Amino acid sequence: MPLSDSFFGHKFGITEHDLESYLSEALGAGGDYADLYFEYLATSSLSIDESIVKSAVQGVSLGVGVRVISGERTGYAYSDDLSPEKIRKAARVAACIASGPSKVDKTGFEEVRRRDLYPVVTAPNEASLAERVELVKRADRAARAADPRVFQVQASYLDSLRQVLVATSDGVLSTDRQPLARLGVAVLARVGNGVPQRGYSGGGGRVALDFFEMEKTPEHFAREAVRQAIVQLDAAPAPAGEMTVVLGPGWPGVLLHEAVGHGLEADFNRKKVSAFSDRIGQQVASPLCTVVDDGTIRNRRGSLNVDDEGAPTQENVLIEKGVLRGYLYDKLSSRLLGSRTTGSGRRESYQHIPMPRMTNTFMLAGDSDPEEIIRSTPRGLYCANFGGGQVDITSGNFVFSASESYLIEDGHITRAVRGAMLTGNGPEALKHVSMVGHDLKLDEGIGICGKEGQSVPVGVGIPTIKIERMTVGGTT
Amino acid sequence: MIDQELAAQTVRLALDRGATDAECTLAEGEEFSAQVRMRELEKLKDAGSRRVGLRVLIGKQVGSAHTSDLSSAGIRQMVESALALAAISTDDPHADLPDSSELGSIAGDLRLYSDDIHKFDTAARIQAAIQTEEAALSWDPRITNSEGASFSAYSGGRVFANSRGFAGSYRMSSCSLSATPVARQGDSMERDYWYSLARSYSKLESPADVGRRAAERTVRRLGARKVPTQKAPVIFDPVTARSLIGNIFEAVEGDSIYRKASFLEGKLGERVASENVTVIDDGCLPGLFGTSPFDDEGVPSRRTVVIDRGVLRSYLLNSYTARKLGMRTTGNAARGVTGNAGVGHGNFFLEKGQRPPEEMIRGIHRGLYVTELIGHGVNIVTGDYSRGAAGLWIENGEFAYPVSEITIAATLQQMLMDVEAAGSDLEFRGSVASPTLLIREMTISGQ
Repeated sequence: MPLSDSFFGHKFGITEHDLESYLSEALGAGGDYADLYFEYLATSSLSIDESIVKSAVQGVSLGVGVRVISGERTGYAYSDDLSPEKIRKAARVAACIASGPSKVDKTGFEEVRRRDLYPVVTAPNEASLAERVELVKRADRAARAADPRVFQVQASYLDSLRQVLVATSDGVLSTDRQPLARLGVAVLARVGNGVPQRGYSGGGGRVALDFFEMEKTPEHFAREAVRQAIVQLDAAPAPAGEMTVVLGPGWPGVLLHEAVGHGLEADFNRKKVSAFSDRIGQQVASPLCTVVDDGTIRNRRGSLNVDDEGAPTQENVLIEKGVLRGYLYDKLSSRLLGSRTTGSGRRESYQHIPMPRMTNTFMLAGDSDPEEIIRSTPRGLYCANFGGGQVDITSGNFVFSASESYLIEDGHITRAVRGAMLTGNGPEALKHVSMVGHDLKLDEGIGICGKEGQSVPVGVGIPTIKIERMTVGGTT
Repeated sequence: MIDQELAAQTVRLALDRGATDAECTLAEGEEFSAQVRMRELEKLKDAGSRRVGLRVLIGKQVGSAHTSDLSSAGIRQMVESALALAAISTDDPHADLPDSSELGSIAGDLRLYSDDIHKFDTAARIQAAIQTEEAALSWDPRITNSEGASFSAYSGGRVFANSRGFAGSYRMSSCSLSATPVARQGDSMERDYWYSLARSYSKLESPADVGRRAAERTVRRLGARKVPTQKAPVIFDPVTARSLIGNIFEAVEGDSIYRKASFLEGKLGERVASENVTVIDDGCLPGLFGTSPFDDEGVPSRRTVVIDRGVLRSYLLNSYTARKLGMRTTGNAARGVTGNAGVGHGNFFLEKGQRPPEEMIRGIHRGLYVTELIGHGVNIVTGDYSRGAAGLWIENGEFAYPVSEITIAATLQQMLMDVEAAGSDLEFRGSVASPTLLIREMTISGQ
């Protein structure tokens, strides 16, 4: 597609000539590389609380970020005004990082080969408000109807449509249109005047609005949120100490995100501050484990046609049969480490400097029957769902909290427990994986990953797996 | 520069286009940061942005919009968008603005803005970051690496106007220095950090002090081990105690109270903590980070005693949650630039006690001194508390060895009742603060 037909060409009259001249300005004081990231972001959020649509918000954000790299140095500036004077000013500020003659020979742009992982004709953000508000109303009705013990329901719907244009001094020109939508339902349930328990469920992706009609309906999320809250009503306090842990399929893949994913981001490894630094080729997990990060899965929340540096995303094998194979690279770390970008350069917005990030991170399916995994466990904890997690990438220690878990006794799932927290060490935890199920499942599309103050949407997934020992932080 | 007139004009435009009430917020800011690593400049960022937001009421229906396009076309589009959203929302009997008698601003210089953050040029700012990192790197031979050090500065302003006659604005500044060294000893690699944050450059701690504290905090983590699963006393250092105080805020803010989503709901006037616990919210303390002349609905900031020697005295409310609960706003409305206001805090802190932290540690036979908490295992609805922790093990009143890869668990209800002492070391490094806290007993999960 010629630039003149693209969003920024059409709406703001930006030409290749303009882009070249801004990049020249950015490299005016020297430097190895410069890029421009134009972003137009339209967002909506609708929420219902006490069966009242109390909040409805729309917003528009527009700007351009200019980056100059000189050796290991990065200069960055941005403008929320796309006038040529303001963009040039930002370029000159970013240029302050460099000194000396530029090492870049400009030879024009080559447009990145286009593909469409989210062929959404009408983005949710472009659908009628009435249609979208109906989603939260339906979720509210379904959750209230599902169980009389439910006494509070909040449902929220969020969507965004991001238009991006990336132009780089090494000749990349790429544009993308990135729709994203998410519906979530939170409920509180209690018996009489007893202690309330909460339940949450949500999902979405880079999808059209009919996803919430054809695939995952408001009623689906509402019933799931209610089910989780009701399970908690009868839950006992979680046990404390080391034990066998079985993770259910889907969202518990957040374990991989925390335990290995962050530690494999190349910026940490370039600086040798990760527990995984210098360990390529080493056994860091049981031979049953193969972990990939794949930004190319259609319509997934973590997927991107191109990353935020204009590089196509790809499938990256992180751990193959337990052996550490590779890191996730952005352009800066790949230049400095003599590797290639893995399409992992992401940023929250035009106001942020890109860095290596995950997309959709999951473990490939194994051979075991999930029921057999539970039957083979004399005593342990079964985690069906998680809240969030966090990792210290330097020591490798991570935690994540189970939002739905059960005791396993004599090979059977017995009673629900609440408040379980799992903790372990990244390069060690997966060495104790003794069984991997054939039931790989990806999460429903609610993940948000935070790193150095920047949030980006991600996906996770995992089959049922058994970890022979892990520390569970409960109270009993 | 801050434009009060633009906010007032936007409110008038919304009323002209059919809103019965409107409130407009304008925010602008300029950020600078210099990040160095291993004695070299690594990142330099320098930029500014502005944003305007509008919330309108049509009767009892509410809509909100925001934009970074401050042109008249951009503002018109935002106004139309907010009105269209109000039309699809549902009547909310409690939707309103604060009563005009509640609006206002506190007088006097709150020392939120200082010109001196602009006093130094880029080279001097980079130098400050380099000195901070150098202080950490040279502190101990085991500090072999670094995730860097940074200097950052921010200045900005906020304007608020509504259709009940309020218009106000204020400017803010801040600057900070931080360092994140990495230490190694055998197979053990650890990182930690330290920082100083102030509204004025003159109040910032020196690069040498920040770097040294960061180094000390990092080196003392080396060689950490797990401890056996057990129940034992736990001392929270001021950094981790702060996060615990943050949990108390979540449990007393109006939204979770009216939704009955807090373990402190319905407990006003009751004993909820030991008598060592007095928690205050004060938005009026000059020069601090939780201070402002008025909240994000135009209600003056104030001091509220939340817990008085263990007894719950007040929730923290904006005008909406106050109407829901049949109470008065406490001047705690908070939002970005748009949407219904949520509830925020001013300077939210636990009052200091008598005992120096060293003495609290000396009084422990066997227990845990927590310096880091990770993860999200706090349930405000039930009070269940379980978090990943790292720190130092105490034997016979002295630090014996570092510990990590453990969790600590209890319920917030029990932890509050079990606060045996608050230290004498209260410091504000942000808008939430606590002295060192000693909790009688928690479950520690390890081996």
